[in-house]
Amino acid sequence: MIAELGLAALWLAAALAALQLLTGALAVRAGADGAEIAALTRPAAVLQGVLAGFAFAMLLWVFAVTDLSVKLVASNSHSMKPLIYKLSGAWGNHEGSMLLWVTVMALAGGLIALVERRLPERTMQATLSAQGFVALGFYAFLLLSSNPFERLPVPAAEGLGLNPLLQDIGLAFHPPTLYFGYVGLSIAFSFAVGALVTRQVTPDFASAMRPWVLGAWVFLTLGITAGSYWAYYELGWGGWWFWDPVENASLMPWLAATALLHSASVLAARDALRAWTIMLGVVAFSMSMVGTFLVRSGILTSVHAFAVDPERGTFILFLLMLYIGGALLLFALRAGTVTEGTRFAVASREGALVFNNVMLSATLAIVLLGTLYPLLTEAFDVRVSVGPPYFNPVGAIFVIPMLLVMAVGPLLRWRQDGFGRISRELALIGALILAGLVLFAVIGGIDLLPLLGLALAGALAVASFLPLKGRKLRRTPIAIWGMVVAHFGIAVALFGMASESAFSQERLAAVRIGEATQVGPWTITLAGVAPVAGPNWTAIEGRIEASYDGGEPRVLRPQARNFWAPPQETTESELATRWNGQLYAVIGNEAGDGRWQLRLWWKPFVTLIWYGGVLVALGGVLALIGRVLGDIRRRGFRRRLADRRAEALA
Amino acid sequence: MSAVSPSGSRLKPKHQRLVLVVLALVALIAAGLLAAYALRNQASYFYLPEQMRDDPPAIGQAVRLGGMVEDGSLRTLGDGVTIAFNVTGLDNSVVPVRFSGIVPDLFVEGSGVVAEGTLRADGTFVADNLLAKHDENYVPRELQEMTEHQAAEMAEETMVGIR
Repeated sequence: MIAELGLAALWLAAALAALQLLTGALAVRAGADGAEIAALTRPAAVLQGVLAGFAFAMLLWVFAVTDLSVKLVASNSHSMKPLIYKLSGAWGNHEGSMLLWVTVMALAGGLIALVERRLPERTMQATLSAQGFVALGFYAFLLLSSNPFERLPVPAAEGLGLNPLLQDIGLAFHPPTLYFGYVGLSIAFSFAVGALVTRQVTPDFASAMRPWVLGAWVFLTLGITAGSYWAYYELGWGGWWFWDPVENASLMPWLAATALLHSASVLAARDALRAWTIMLGVVAFSMSMVGTFLVRSGILTSVHAFAVDPERGTFILFLLMLYIGGALLLFALRAGTVTEGTRFAVASREGALVFNNVMLSATLAIVLLGTLYPLLTEAFDVRVSVGPPYFNPVGAIFVIPMLLVMAVGPLLRWRQDGFGRISRELALIGALILAGLVLFAVIGGIDLLPLLGLALAGALAVASFLPLKGRKLRRTPIAIWGMVVAHFGIAVALFGMASESAFSQERLAAVRIGEATQVGPWTITLAGVAPVAGPNWTAIEGRIEASYDGGEPRVLRPQARNFWAPPQETTESELATRWNGQLYAVIGNEAGDGRWQLRLWWKPFVTLIWYGGVLVALGGVLALIGRVLGDIRRRGFRRRLADRRAEALA
Repeated sequence: MSAVSPSGSRLKPKHQRLVLVVLALVALIAAGLLAAYALRNQASYFYLPEQMRDDPPAIGQAVRLGGMVEDGSLRTLGDGVTIAFNVTGLDNSVVPVRFSGIVPDLFVEGSGVVAEGTLRADGTFVADNLLAKHDENYVPRELQEMTEHQAAEMAEETMVGIR
């Protein structure tokens, strides 16, 4: 019954999406005469969000009670699992994750219908119509080829369980966070389409779009950061980024959204980059959909591919071509009628932002081509994989100039400026980079890219605070603080990445109980090995005493786990975190003669990668707060102004 | 309002937009060409054991080798962390492989494996990384066509409890 309620809600939500598409489109056509029809659009969008949320709640319900007559539960859950993993298992599979995707999209659409009042009503109608159109396609996909509520003819005796790698607290938060980011970008897409339809690409439009983009971008940043840390400790491979297609699928929308964020700022502040902002709005969500296609179709090898199903792949490919192709066609037809914005000089804030927008887009192209290349060669029956030897150096060619301009850009004035005015700041940044290069080159043994990264990170960290110079700190707008914090976060993360790459030390050894080994400044003693058991697994647990530089030893307990539903082994790494880095320990098999395999890494300052990511997201949150407060204040001001006028007239 | 470029020459908005579009296109095309060039050199190619025998990659070039782990060939060397095994192809071709590290989940004799690494001059493949079957639902894509029989077996296992 519960499953049927969920399914019914889903069908109703799809019908409302169709209604929203129709009324929105008719209202746009009718213009001022269409007020009656237009009045339907917002309620339809809100109700659609409520129904989709209800359907998702019903899915959570059947997972919570382990209703084994539902096929999805029987294939992906198990009555013995802890409740939190039963619930998170609801989106740890193809159908459930697509339902989450659609739910987030519907909720986002409902939210803009509810609160967005700044756009001209006609643009708003076109936006909601576009949102309904996109949602409708994904409802069709879900209902026709991936029904999450499908029943089994005969209930299963027991569920098949969830992949043990996914039985982790990280799964409870990582996919929903990312989805809020991915699908939140659908709002930017719909805004862009709406503005193209009504030809209203104005600074007001950019101001209205910006908070939504910021919100989606914050979620994406957090999702990527969390996903990276999760892969780092859960896979037990010691790496934090593998250029896996799925990781790339999350990075590409992030790059596009970052560019969009900055170009929307230019449009809002200076009324320039109109067409470019619209283009990025289309591209950002297109990258989200490309990512979904790559992941869900199983077309590329990835640990995230749930199942290879050609029918689903074709369906998503069709949706992809429909939406991206349609939006690009509209752009091609209308871009010429979007009038030119205001001019600006090369040496200006706009100039720097444009440069970095282009660099971000080039980086996006590099990642996209590298991710799709294996697909292209497969057409010629050549199988390749593309990894760090391609992505790192080729990406760096565009990222390094971008970071340099990022240090300088915020110091420049809008519209027109000269580098002479900020020559002292430029000299400081240059001197810091040079000093960093010399310092780390003297240490020696560091590859070119990490060396550049370390030197740039130091200079960037200082440069990110320079925009505060000459400002009264307490009167500095919150949005400026957001920019400072986010740029500083980039510097922090960069330092962590470069340090991890430059200074990591690895030790692989077979050790008897009581024996010691060394990695970096750590002395590691294997004190014992014992069997342990959990709710749905048994494990071999090593007891490791790790002492930093002869200090008090800390005890680490890495495990090699055997899950029995479904049967699988996983290595559970253990981390010892210090302010200056992490010790990463993994235990392997018994070597046969009483020795145990240990794999140990000492990674100086590796944690800065994720602290940096969190800082970037925090900067986004600050900017969001600043913008929203500013809007509320302006709205209050306008209302008072209108009141006073009304009084004067009376 | 007259925006002026640093040199003092006036750019009409239309011209400025044209310049921007051209610059963006140039950067993107440069990125594309660079990517195409780098991909030809940096992509790591996939080899089956028979391909590695007939047309081996350059010594030291990063490639991937996929096949079945030969029964009875897996042994641990003296240092306790290096394993040696043979990867076999469809026509009895054999490539000896060495790997130092902790073997991945579900890596056993008789199952499929993809080894990332380089071929040495003595014909041994030295792997930096082994990818094995992750779980019942996930198989490295390269292994899918390896044996139909195995796939059928796996589908069987996956369907337990559903029928």
